Amino acid sequence: MNDAVARIGPVNHHFHGGLRLRHNKKISCQHQVERPRLPKQLVVPLQQHAGDVATPCVQVGERVLKGQQIGNCESCVAIHSPVSGIVNAIENHLISHPSGKSDNCVVITPDGAEEWVKLDPVTDWQHADPEELILHLKLCGIAGLGGAVFPTHVKIRDGRARQIHTLILNGAECEPYISCDEMLMREKPAKIILGARILRRAIGADRVVVAIEDQMGAVYEALNAAAHEADSKNISVVKITTIYPEGGERQLIQVLTGSEVPIDGRPSDLGLVCQNVATAAAVADAVVEGKPLIERYITVSGNGITTPRNWLALIGTSFAHLIDACGGYRGDVTRLVIGGPMMGYPVASDAVPVVKAVNCILALTQADVATPQVEMPCIRCGECARVCPARLLPQSLYLQTKNGLWDDAGAYGLSSCIECGCCDLVCPSHIPLVDWFRFGKSELVQRKIKTRAVERARTRFEAREQRLELKQRKRAEKMALRKQMLKDKSKQKDRVQAAITRAKEKADNKPRIIHGSSDDT
Amino acid sequence: MTRSFTTSGAPFFAPKPTVTKVMLQVLLALVPGILAYAWFFGPGVIVQILLAMVFALIFESLMLRLRGQPQLPYVTDLSALVTAVLFALCIPPLAPWWISCIAMLFAIVVAKHLYGGLGQNLFNPAMVGYVVVLISFPQAMTAWLPPLALSQHSLGLADTLAIIFGGQIPIQGGWDAITHATPLDILKTTLDSGAVITEIRRSPLFGDYGGLGWEWVANGFALGGLFLLYKRVISWHVPLAVTGSVILLSLPLWLANPDSNLSPMQHVFSGAIVLAAFFIATDPVSGCVSNPGKLIFGAGVGIITLVIRRWGGYPDGIAFAVLLMNMAAPLIDRYTRPRIYGE
Ligand code: SF4
Ligand code: SF4
Repeated sequence: MNDAVARIGPVNHHFHGGLRLRHNKKISCQHQVERPRLPKQLVVPLQQHAGDVATPCVQVGERVLKGQQIGNCESCVAIHSPVSGIVNAIENHLISHPSGKSDNCVVITPDGAEEWVKLDPVTDWQHADPEELILHLKLCGIAGLGGAVFPTHVKIRDGRARQIHTLILNGAECEPYISCDEMLMREKPAKIILGARILRRAIGADRVVVAIEDQMGAVYEALNAAAHEADSKNISVVKITTIYPEGGERQLIQVLTGSEVPIDGRPSDLGLVCQNVATAAAVADAVVEGKPLIERYITVSGNGITTPRNWLALIGTSFAHLIDACGGYRGDVTRLVIGGPMMGYPVASDAVPVVKAVNCILALTQADVATPQVEMPCIRCGECARVCPARLLPQSLYLQTKNGLWDDAGAYGLSSCIECGCCDLVCPSHIPLVDWFRFGKSELVQRKIKTRAVERARTRFEAREQRLELKQRKRAEKMALRKQMLKDKSKQKDRVQAAITRAKEKADNKPRIIHGSSDDT
Repeated sequence: MTRSFTTSGAPFFAPKPTVTKVMLQVLLALVPGILAYAWFFGPGVIVQILLAMVFALIFESLMLRLRGQPQLPYVTDLSALVTAVLFALCIPPLAPWWISCIAMLFAIVVAKHLYGGLGQNLFNPAMVGYVVVLISFPQAMTAWLPPLALSQHSLGLADTLAIIFGGQIPIQGGWDAITHATPLDILKTTLDSGAVITEIRRSPLFGDYGGLGWEWVANGFALGGLFLLYKRVISWHVPLAVTGSVILLSLPLWLANPDSNLSPMQHVFSGAIVLAAFFIATDPVSGCVSNPGKLIFGAGVGIITLVIRRWGGYPDGIAFAVLLMNMAAPLIDRYTRPRIYGE
């Protein structure tokens, strides 16, 4: 077994850089998590995560039940109706995307009956075939709820193939304001541990380590008790120091194990798989109760919200509905952000619906956001490099990206940038470093695709050349053969001719036999 | 009812640090050293600082106009003022006014703006200005003062101004009566003529561990440097490497032959080592990026300075050392890139 396992324990390792940020989490933890009143309309986008878009499998006008599948696709997870009601439309609707774009969504008007589709749990998951569990997760629409919404079944299937020894449950929400995971861990520790055990069986891991922040108070006891009850030997809860961005997958692994995930590798290279705690809870719901993923914990917070709190919100609920439920806006709200203040992205309107990826809605006032300050040249103060958790040199990457020195930027590790925003925050020259790096990374990806295409074209060309050459050679050989054959034939002809002549000569030399006088009599 | 919002990228945090604040902290950190300087050597240094500041701002503003750059926020980023102060601290307090003018011309116009302005300069502007005047006007650069405690003629502000601006010597006896070589100058010349250190050091010009007065100026700068360290404006690498290399290199020399070599302590506390360690070699623009790079850079500055002091033609070699290392910085950076996560 990998020695990384032995090293996961009470000792916290460190990652380079990072920032101690004001948490601002308490403000949204004052109320119990409830479901808001049922919205009048739910808009469920058919694309819930990067990659393919699901195809709707319901008709406009059709009545759907709560939990009924309304979209499916090969490579992504299934999509389900969050309520029972009538499919009003399948149309383009504003979605939560930084560019304010629209996409295909299923619009459902709830009928208030909340009538569930017939649920299909996995009976006896402890003995179920892992493949069956994995398929079940896909059908129940389970994707990573930490924000990246990577399809869970893909991650697990990948893990199964690669000998995973430890499943890490990530309960460290390093970003300020976001408290939905903390609330979930406080309120449903048993469900999280149950989900962890199911995931562990599906992956084939031995151990589970739940990582939480050291400032989460009662969460530790709650989770520990639940873990103790379930399997005290192989499930442990570890507190880690709250330094942003320790909740990032690679940083978390470094803190827990002291090892780094290889630069082009994945956590599974170390025998590890990470899952968010909320995903684990969703897994438990899906497997034990058969409930698909149709709702999630969401933090609605920020100084622009009257009563910040957490909600258990249906996928498809509009932001405006949740903000109303919090008593509406307060003060001069200038930004509406999905996610935290460090890595979140702003949306143009609160009409957008909640998707599986939304863990936090943040309404920020003018005082919260830096007033746009004039960008100054880089003075190479090195602050950015000091705080970069990927140990990059942002000041160099910035110049390389700006001047289009893509090879240099690649060599200096631009692709390793996790876009955490630490460098950006500390830069005294107010250079929008992360914006540059996002741009640069996508450019690098494009270029890789292009070089790959060129390469492919070249191999194709070379193969064709080779084929042609081979063909030509074959033809030449054939020609030569034919010629040879013809030659042979002509030789044969000669031989025949010779034989004939010989025969003739023979015949000529023979005494003429007179016909009729051949009787020997 | 739905609302719309403007969108601009993360992170969303306020307020952010500013270049101005960084520079302001540097200026603040220089104050104790400057006060000690004025206390021991009279008001000349203050006059020089103000003079250099005025010229620096004039050239900065002029160059911004010529380059079509906005005056704000560049003039108020205070970087030109930092250059001016650092330069003024390197020259003799009685240097004539036009020294500042010429030095700032080279520092701000050539070393800074012709290289592309703030953040683009390859060389430390203050050191460029200093070296230009040091080489071109060696005579004017010897107008050092003895500590007030030792001088027969204490110069008031009026006298100082008269000397700097008018070139008039208000005291009988002229230059020689008021100016005095620095401890390092004296060492250089007398050592060359065969005297031994213990003898030379009997002169009251030498204090307890540096030069009289000079050691306190150095203490003042060290204090400011610690403030910068505390505020994380600079990291410990360059100061440690500069002073460390000076000590490590001078120690064996001194142990081997204390009669013709200064002790490490005297090396560090005379001349501009402390000022350079905390304020000049730490200039991020013309220095190295990574921590190992900074250590190499600082060690280079220390070693070259010592070599020039010991074997070169100038009593102090900090400025040359810094400029030489500036040239090497890009190369050092190339070979000291930190290991990326997972690499
Ligand atoms: S923090 Fe900003 S100014 Fe400082 S080195 Fe990095 S990019 Fe340059
Ligand atoms: S955004 Fe990228 S470059 Fe900046 S600190 Fe984070 S990982 Fe480093």
